Amino acid sequence: MEKEECISQWHKTRDSSTVRNRKVFPSPAQTHQSPITPESKIKRDDTPCSNGSSGDFSARASVDTPNQLLLIVVTGLSFATRLYKITEPPHVCWDETHFGKMGSYYINRTFFFDVHPPLGKMLIALAGYMTGYDGSFPFVKPGDKYEHHNYWGMRGFCAMLGSFLPIFAYLIVQELSRSHTAALITAALLIFDTGCITISQYILLDPILMFFIMAAVLSMVKFNQQSSRPFTAPWWLWLVLCGAALAGAVGVKFVGLFVIFLVGLNTAGDLWRILGDLSLSLVDVAKHFLARVVGLILLPLFLYVLVFAVHFALLNKSSGPGDGFFSSTFQSRLIGNNLYNVSMPEYLAYGSTITVKNLRIAGGYLHSHWHLYPEGVGAKQQQQQVTAYLHKDYNNMWLVHKPDNDTQSETPDLVRHGDIIRLEHKETTRNLHSHLHQAPLTKKHFQVTGYGINGTGDANDLWQVEVCGGRRGDLVKVLRSKVRFLHKATGCVLYSSGKTLPKWGWEQVEVTCSPYLKETPSSQWNIEDHINPRLPNISLSLLKPNFLEILLESHIVMIRGNSGLKPKDNEMNSKPWHWPINYQGLRFSGVNETEYRVYLLGNPVVWWINLASLGLYLIMVAVSSIAIQRGISLQQKRLEHSDILTGGGGLLLLGWLLHYAPFYVMGRVLYYHHYFPAMLFSSMLTGVTLDTLLRNADLLLCQPYSDWLQRGGQMVLLFTVLYSFYLFHPLSYGMTGPLAHEPESAMAGLKWMDSWEF
Amino acid sequence: PAMLQLPLVVTARLDLVLVLVTLLSLWTRLSGLGYPGAVVFDEVYYGQFLSLYMKRTFFIDDSGPPLGHALLALGAYLGGFDGNFVWNRIGAAYPCSLSVWSLRLLPALGGALCVPLGYLLILELRCSHLSALGAALLLLLENSLIVQSRFMLLESLLIFFVLLAFFSYLRFHNAPGRCWSRYGWLLLSGVSCAAAVGVKYTGLFSYLLLLGVASLHSWKLIGDQAQSHMSVCVQCGWKVLCLLVVPVLLYVFWFYVHLSILQRSGPHDQLMSSAFQASLQGGLSRVTRGQPLQVAFGSQVTLRSSAPRPVPCWLHSHKANYPIRYENGRGSSHQQQVTCYAFKDVNNWWIIKDPARQELVVDSPPRLVRHGDIIQLVHGMTSRLLNSHDVAAPMSPHAQEVSGYIDFNVSMATQNLWRLEIYNREAESEEWKTIVSEVRLVHVNTSAVLKLSGLPLPDWGFRQMEVVAEKLLKAHSGSLGWTVEEHRYGTSQEQKEREAELHSPTHIDIDRKISFWSKFTELQWKMLTVKQEESEHKYSSAPLEWIAMETNIAYWLHPSTNAQIHLIGNPVSWGVANLSLLAYQLLAALYLLRRRRGFRDLPDGAWQRFASVGLLCGGGWAVNFLPFLLMERTLFLYHYLPALCYLYLLSPALLEHIHTHLLSSRTSRHMLAVCTAAVLLSIFLSYWTFCPLTYGNPELTANQLQALKWRDSWDILYRRR
Repeated sequence: MEKEECISQWHKTRDSSTVRNRKVFPSPAQTHQSPITPESKIKRDDTPCSNGSSGDFSARASVDTPNQLLLIVVTGLSFATRLYKITEPPHVCWDETHFGKMGSYYINRTFFFDVHPPLGKMLIALAGYMTGYDGSFPFVKPGDKYEHHNYWGMRGFCAMLGSFLPIFAYLIVQELSRSHTAALITAALLIFDTGCITISQYILLDPILMFFIMAAVLSMVKFNQQSSRPFTAPWWLWLVLCGAALAGAVGVKFVGLFVIFLVGLNTAGDLWRILGDLSLSLVDVAKHFLARVVGLILLPLFLYVLVFAVHFALLNKSSGPGDGFFSSTFQSRLIGNNLYNVSMPEYLAYGSTITVKNLRIAGGYLHSHWHLYPEGVGAKQQQQQVTAYLHKDYNNMWLVHKPDNDTQSETPDLVRHGDIIRLEHKETTRNLHSHLHQAPLTKKHFQVTGYGINGTGDANDLWQVEVCGGRRGDLVKVLRSKVRFLHKATGCVLYSSGKTLPKWGWEQVEVTCSPYLKETPSSQWNIEDHINPRLPNISLSLLKPNFLEILLESHIVMIRGNSGLKPKDNEMNSKPWHWPINYQGLRFSGVNETEYRVYLLGNPVVWWINLASLGLYLIMVAVSSIAIQRGISLQQKRLEHSDILTGGGGLLLLGWLLHYAPFYVMGRVLYYHHYFPAMLFSSMLTGVTLDTLLRNADLLLCQPYSDWLQRGGQMVLLFTVLYSFYLFHPLSYGMTGPLAHEPESAMAGLKWMDSWEF
Repeated sequence: PAMLQLPLVVTARLDLVLVLVTLLSLWTRLSGLGYPGAVVFDEVYYGQFLSLYMKRTFFIDDSGPPLGHALLALGAYLGGFDGNFVWNRIGAAYPCSLSVWSLRLLPALGGALCVPLGYLLILELRCSHLSALGAALLLLLENSLIVQSRFMLLESLLIFFVLLAFFSYLRFHNAPGRCWSRYGWLLLSGVSCAAAVGVKYTGLFSYLLLLGVASLHSWKLIGDQAQSHMSVCVQCGWKVLCLLVVPVLLYVFWFYVHLSILQRSGPHDQLMSSAFQASLQGGLSRVTRGQPLQVAFGSQVTLRSSAPRPVPCWLHSHKANYPIRYENGRGSSHQQQVTCYAFKDVNNWWIIKDPARQELVVDSPPRLVRHGDIIQLVHGMTSRLLNSHDVAAPMSPHAQEVSGYIDFNVSMATQNLWRLEIYNREAESEEWKTIVSEVRLVHVNTSAVLKLSGLPLPDWGFRQMEVVAEKLLKAHSGSLGWTVEEHRYGTSQEQKEREAELHSPTHIDIDRKISFWSKFTELQWKMLTVKQEESEHKYSSAPLEWIAMETNIAYWLHPSTNAQIHLIGNPVSWGVANLSLLAYQLLAALYLLRRRRGFRDLPDGAWQRFASVGLLCGGGWAVNFLPFLLMERTLFLYHYLPALCYLYLLSPALLEHIHTHLLSSRTSRHMLAVCTAAVLLSIFLSYWTFCPLTYGNPELTANQLQALKWRDSWDILYRRR
């Protein structure tokens, strides 16, 4: 049995090695080309697989067997470290309260609003569903005990995906550097990083996201490898896998866009190379181009949209007030929402109680409350705030009146296009009012306030109703007409700017009166609720929105939500420059001595090695490329190393930059765990850098000693990582007892930075 | 060896076109500079700093480094301005004694010299004189550049320095390699870069572009095998020296000048650390001069919070208790309030007490307080001890309340011991020093840290700021740190005497200095981090609106007539600029794709020229425009002017390229010439049309103004008659 396996493996490896080596033999075109030395030719050959793989078949086979072994070891260790103590602690940790809850929502089919795309939460729900979780645990707050609920399935699923990260990293580095040691260094860094372990062990989106990111990078690298044999089955396979992984990544979190940029840049470079290959006809180039469009744009787009289609199909029950983020038509899809199979008076009438919703996507309800504008905002005499509010609330109710007080007749009069009306806020009895004072945020617009009492105000309370596309005398259809309110005295139009008011305005959205009369959704409103007991309720069939509209709307709501996560003034928040130096972690569970504490913090040794390697990498690349640019003659080996550094290393550096630099310009709240995707790239780069450095030990010492140095260096590195993991493992697997600053703690003496909180 | 030859002949070559363009430019920018004799737009902003400069009073302005302000101040100084003018509103008339033109002269000169610089820059890009003339005309007839140059504003200086930097760099690059004088140009380029960054931070964009271009050239130089290693090293060394070292040193030098001029304390003192304030004349240095340095048991101190936000304040207590129940129904300890108060007050005084002893005076010799000591803090006026306990704080319920302890006999024990931690200590047993030491007070019973939460208390707390003790020791943060600011050794044991002592000012004489370097780093850091409340301005705009000039800015309106000045560009020129940018991009993409497929459309020299024009002008536009898309501050149309200038350089160069390389037939070349002439004519006409809004003269009628409103989104003011 064992023997059989060996033989089959040997066959396999031999097959693959013949394939790989085929490239090394110069093609006829190349042999005719020029009498250049083999050295420089290999150097100029762009394909990475030519690097140093000119060994004979038997050597290759003997090299590959340990490779398989190593891969098995890496896999085993990776799964073991991630799955160890997976059910501990048996209570809700940190953001599990969000993502676990959202998993439950899927199982219960309740609609909800979240800033992230749905794939990750759907997968969590699926994992929970398969392992017998019934969606009944409320996930109210961190620290709640799970008791009899089946939570291990969801955690286990995330940990499984997290376990693939070191394996993928191993394979990527192996492909990029053609070196087992480099791959092994990377795998060791990731397997024994406490941060990577911790973040994989809980019900979070990050392990799922990183799984897709790494899968995309791996497929991309494998795809690059196939560049010499375009349009073959493996070529298509890796292309399609890459596209699918991209869809997955961006389907979990928008951070997945960064890996799309990485793949996009790589593909653009690849196409540029193909375009410059004059042996290919333009038709061939077009084929290449179209294949990538299909595989890397259309396919991911389709999958991404599919994810949303499943999302909308699954979630068809209303969740309550949170529905207000979406438009009236959207809400009418949700069972349990008051607009589902709605029945209300069809035309707007005087004396009705209404809510008015802005038509811009994620626009709120016209709202007012018992709070005044602060001093210095708008009119001298402080008046009541009028805002737009996204949640459903009784303060969104307004009464429609005629300018003078209503004369009550048997059937109420209907409001028509061109009518002058007065809107009275039901709760506070103030009228919707505007005047020639600057609006609080949009200084070009006028302020809108609540004015008067019991419906008595002044001439500035009058508004003219205008149905968009209507003529004088047209009736105002509830829910379906787009309505504008023109201020009678100043001629401006009621407008929702979409800007968030500061604390005094309860962070609701600003409402202004705009003197610019262009028709935009911001100045258009619809009547959503309409209550008038003296009119018959009629069942209104709303136009069902089509799928694309829903998709667009939910995206804009998500993007708004994301940018709305601004850091609060008094909150200590994490800065991007904190991350690579491992400045401060995140508390996952437990604060004081008696509790079971888990603290998300990268293994400082690993992280600082990564940081140092980044600097080292830049120096090494600078030295080698200047040497080459100056035309200094170098050994074949050095040229190959330089190629690995600039090619593979450059790709990884780009990946790191793309996953790290954008956070500097983000306005939203940032957390430590945002760095983990970048950290994966950084670790892979470390593998490549340190391995290349050690291989060039012979620059320093002569032959036998340099080999010793190389082996010694690798051993020391491995041992250091292992030992530091032994020291810091309680961070991931939980600590109890005294805190680290006390001598009897398990972590005593390991609080190397004051900012660490364990 | 040539002997002196007679007759002595001086051969001068004068580019008459250049001279003419310069004269026209000077005329458009400098004529009638004193009009209007009133504060125009942002002059009101820069003016206040001008006055402070004249009075040598320290200020901090986060809008830009000090060179710009200093240059404006230089103009004012030469004009004899004494700093006595209240800059409070746009449109306020200047007094007759003030020579308005001298305030505006330097920016106007800078703006005027941009035009010949543009001309020379195009020549250095190896384009023809006709192209250079085209660029000069575009710059000359741009209304927005004229408006921005004619007032006491900084953009024209910024553009001038940027153009000068690029021009001199190209001069250096184009000069033959053996010529040593070219390093003079390189040095000039470095100096102009420093000046550009020194005027406005946005100069950094162009500086980085220039560094990029220089490194590209250096990279080529490194690959040049014909040169010896030595010569490559020397040349690269020169570049590093002139383009990196010199600008950095000069940038610091601007601050040196700034700080050596501004030596008196002023309105922004409170933003700075106590040590910085103490180095200014007047203000804190007068108060703290001669204080004892080391804090001892029995010292009377005021404790200032190190948190820069929301406002600087001092630990404070007063004879008022926390309300028994708060508005939301939570209870309090009803003990004496402890707050942070933003004003100097006798209630800010605290006395350091040794828990083991009763005395509140300093022994002789003084027993100094060191890091790690346990102390008590006695409030000077009420004699209450600073206390904290497990009661939720009024505004931050997650934190502990801090109070002045009152024994109500309700079995609430006193917990008034605090451990002193000197955060910035150098040795373990360091002494507590006035102003220098930043300390934390750790509550002994609960190990919570005294912290300024910064939240304002309601009316019962007189809207002072809340102080709490918080357990979670969250890294380092200013809100945890406190510094002793005023300090003296207490001598009176009796409460009454002590009160009198606290009321008396502290005075003794010694001098305290901090180095320029620490002042520089503190000031620079504060300038970058001080956040002013950003709010939208009536005339602010978004970057995407600039490309099509969808907004304008009203700079000034005559107090009684319809004469007014607006920042409105020349619409035809903006159209030309946008068109040429688009055309360049399309053309470049086409060329690149075709070259990749092996079609060499252009000879190598022409391709090089085409690429370098694109790199410099297109790149200049990109680096000066795209970063604004990411900025979250209030932006104005004038922020686009540097980017626009690059486009004006691009247009004629592109036109020349099309003329020489794309059009082959005679007729089409003629057509192009005619079109160009027509466009130039319309540029002139639209310049002429908008002149009344550029110079604020002559006054237009409402109808004429209405006719000038070419876009609906422009705001033009009418006076109701």
